[in-house]
Amino acid sequence: MTTILNDEPHKSLRYLVTQGGAGFAFDSAFSDLRNGLALWPLWLRLGWNDILQRYRRSMLGPFWLTASMAIMVISLGVLYAELFNTPIRDFLPYLCVGLLVWNLMSSFLTEGGALFTGAESYIKQIRLPYSVYVFRSSWSKLIIFAHNFVIYFGILLYFEIWPGAVALLAIPGLLLVLLNGAAATLFIGMVSARFRDVPQLINSVVQIVFFVTPIMWKPELLRSRTFIADFNPFYHLLEIVRAPLLGSLPSAKSYIAVLLITLVNVVIVGAFFARFRSRISYWV
Amino acid sequence: MATSAINHKSELSLENVSISFPIYHGGSRSLKKSLLFRGSGGQLASDASHRIVVQALRNVSLEFQTGDRVALIGTNGAGKTTLLRAMAGIYEPVTGVVKSLGRISPMFDISLGIDGDMSGYDNIRLRGLILGLSANEIEDRMTDIVEFTELGDYLDIPVRTYSSGMMTRLTFAVATCFAPEIVLMDEWIVAGDAAFLAKAQQRIEAFVKKAGILVLASHSSDICRQWCNKAVWMERGEVKLHGDIESVLDSYNNAREIAA
Repeated sequence: MTTILNDEPHKSLRYLVTQGGAGFAFDSAFSDLRNGLALWPLWLRLGWNDILQRYRRSMLGPFWLTASMAIMVISLGVLYAELFNTPIRDFLPYLCVGLLVWNLMSSFLTEGGALFTGAESYIKQIRLPYSVYVFRSSWSKLIIFAHNFVIYFGILLYFEIWPGAVALLAIPGLLLVLLNGAAATLFIGMVSARFRDVPQLINSVVQIVFFVTPIMWKPELLRSRTFIADFNPFYHLLEIVRAPLLGSLPSAKSYIAVLLITLVNVVIVGAFFARFRSRISYWV
Repeated sequence: MATSAINHKSELSLENVSISFPIYHGGSRSLKKSLLFRGSGGQLASDASHRIVVQALRNVSLEFQTGDRVALIGTNGAGKTTLLRAMAGIYEPVTGVVKSLGRISPMFDISLGIDGDMSGYDNIRLRGLILGLSANEIEDRMTDIVEFTELGDYLDIPVRTYSSGMMTRLTFAVATCFAPEIVLMDEWIVAGDAAFLAKAQQRIEAFVKKAGILVLASHSSDICRQWCNKAVWMERGEVKLHGDIESVLDSYNNAREIAA
C-alpha cells in the first residue's frame, strides 16, 4: 500500500491523497513521523494523562511508582548483596541503576503490544499520524523513568557517592535507549495488532531476558563465559546508561554495539513501518 | 460564530476506490497459523488459513466540489461508514485513490478522548488538539465555547460529575467551534435537552453552512432533504445511484417499497 500525502497539521489548506497499492511508502512514513512530531502538544498531554489516570485521587500520585520501585531496589539490594557476598555500598547503586534502566527498556517491550490496539477508538475515528501513539507512549515512559530516578539520588546521598562529570554521558545513552525503545515499541505495536498472541510471547521472553542480563548480578561473575553478556544487546544498552551513572566510562565495545543495534533496529522498523503503516487501521 | 461565506477551495474525490477487510477470526489471526503456513510451503493455506475477505467498497468513484451537500443513503452494511472513513483518510484504500483538499472534520464520535477526571476546560483543550487545532486556536475559541455551553463554573470540575446533557453541550460546542472545509457526519448530530436543542440546531446549521463540502450518512430522508442537494445511494459497497437529492431519494424509497 503506498500513500502520498501532505497532511501537515495546522496548515490552512490540507491536501491529502491516499492511494492503494503494494510497496514501500517511505515518503508517507517520513511524513507520518514529521507530522507526528509537530503534534507535540497533543502527545505530551496524552502521555501525561496516561500517568495521571492511573494515580488519580491517590495521595502520592505518580510517586507511587517511586515508592514501589524504592522498596524493590532496597529489599532486593540487601538480599542479593548478602547472597553474593558483595559489599552493599557497591552492590545497591549497581542494582538500583540497572533496575531503573531495565524497567524503562522492558516497558517498551511489554507495553508495545497495546500501542495501537489500545488506541483503537482513536484510530477508527480520526486520522492522526501513527507516530503520535509512539511518541505518546515513549513520553509517558520517560516520565515514569524520571519519577523512579529520584531513588538514584537518594542512594547517592545515602552512600555519599559522587559519580563525577562522566555521569553526563548517561544523557546520550538514555537518548539512544529511548530511540531504540520507540522503534521497538512501534514494531511490536504493529505486529501485535495483526497477531494477537505476540504480547504474551513478548512478556515471557522479557522475563527470561531479565535474568540473563547482568542486572541482579555483575558481568564479572561470568568469568570466561563473557559471551553471555557480549551477545546480549540489552546488556550494552544498559551499560551505556549505567556505567556513567556509577562513575565509569562505558567500554568502546558497548558503544559500538549500541550504534550497530540502533542502525539495524531503525532500518528494519523503518522499512516495516513504510510497508505496513496503512494497514494498521485495518488490523486494530 | 458569525455566518461567513462558504470556505472556498475544497475538493473531495475518489477514483476506483476499493476497500476490503480480511476477517481475522480466532484461528487465522494467530502467529501459530501463520508460521505453520510458512513452514508447510503454503499447502495448509488453502484449508487452514483461508482468509475471508469482506468487500466493503468496490470501485467507488465520486467527485465533489465546493458547495456540495451530499447525503449518503443505503441500508445497513452498504458501506456508508467505510466510505466516510475512507474520505477521512482513516482507511487508506486497498486500490484506488482518495484525494481531499481542505481540513476535514470527521464528526463520527464527538466525545472521543473525553477524560472523565479532567476538568471541562482541560477536556476542551484536549479535544481541540485532537481535532488538529493549535493551542492558540483553542484559546481564541474558548470564550465562544464557554458561552455556548452555559456551563459556567462547572467547567472547572471533572467532567465525570456532569449530566449527560451537560456532557453533550461540551462535546458539541468543541466539535463545532472551528470551520473545517470538509465535514463528514455519520448520522446527523442531535444534541441535548429541548431548551438546548434550538440553540444547538442554530449552531450546527451555521457550522455546516460554512463548510465547503458536507457528506452526511443518514437513514432519515427528511434530514437528507433538509441539508443536502446531492445524494449517493450505496448498495453492497457500490455506488448504485448518484445525483440530485430528490431523484436519488425517490428511486431509493421506491426500491425499498417494492422490496417491502
